[in-house]
Amino acid sequence: MSSKTLTFVLMDPPYESENLTTAFRLLDIAARRGYDINVFAYEGASALAFTRQAPHPNPVHGKNVAEENHPTTKDQVAALLAEAKKNGGKVDWVSCGMCVDERGVNELVPGTRRGSPADLHALVEACDNLLAIPTK
Amino acid sequence: MAKKTLNIVESAYRAVMEEQDDTVLWLLAAMQAAGADHTVVLRGNAVNYAVAGQGAPGLTVGEWKQTQAPRMDRDVADLVENRKIRVLVVEEDLTERGIARGELVPGVKVVSRKTLPKLFAEHALVSHW
Repeated sequence: MSSKTLTFVLMDPPYESENLTTAFRLLDIAARRGYDINVFAYEGASALAFTRQAPHPNPVHGKNVAEENHPTTKDQVAALLAEAKKNGGKVDWVSCGMCVDERGVNELVPGTRRGSPADLHALVEACDNLLAIPTK
Repeated sequence: MAKKTLNIVESAYRAVMEEQDDTVLWLLAAMQAAGADHTVVLRGNAVNYAVAGQGAPGLTVGEWKQTQAPRMDRDVADLVENRKIRVLVVEEDLTERGIARGELVPGVKVVSRKTLPKLFAEHALVSHW
């Protein structure tokens, strides 16, 4: 049974910085420990759960799609949800609705949802701790 | 004849885990294959790209695992050996970071900051990344 609820605010878009790698490493640990996790994916981060992301081959590496096995953040989001569930926790992944709409990335990983700043306020009020990882 | 282009790469380790390479070095390698004539200068934090034997573990999220994590030393060696791109590393930036010449991948050339103006003059274009 989870005893803690952690809220993360992410802002970076996929494929642009190392911030998200750090965030996913932390989220993975939290999910393995069975914590309840809230994520508010704001601005560019609203594209993290976009389901139409597709891996690609890498001609510079000389690798086809399978060999390159290019990561997609939508797969990482789906894996996070599954890992939390396996360990008795849950993930409330909220993608900022306006951010999603302006980017046209409104097809989201099942189990995640659209939301607003009011949802972030509720997540912050309900959590034990908050980590915001802003875009720099 | 392609324009000789000097590329000063200073931004380092930006999204290399997600892209599984450095996007600028990748772009230069791809352009070279299309006939471009690039020289690369690694400066600032990017000098670390030339240090041999580096590499981070792939990202793991639950059952999902990254299998092709980036190896920046391998990518620098590829530029030199296979792409025939001259790769220069700024000596003062190595010194500031405590990196010895013997730690670098074979084929890169260490140059002083003082030589950069001459390099600028030798190239038709200079790009700062």
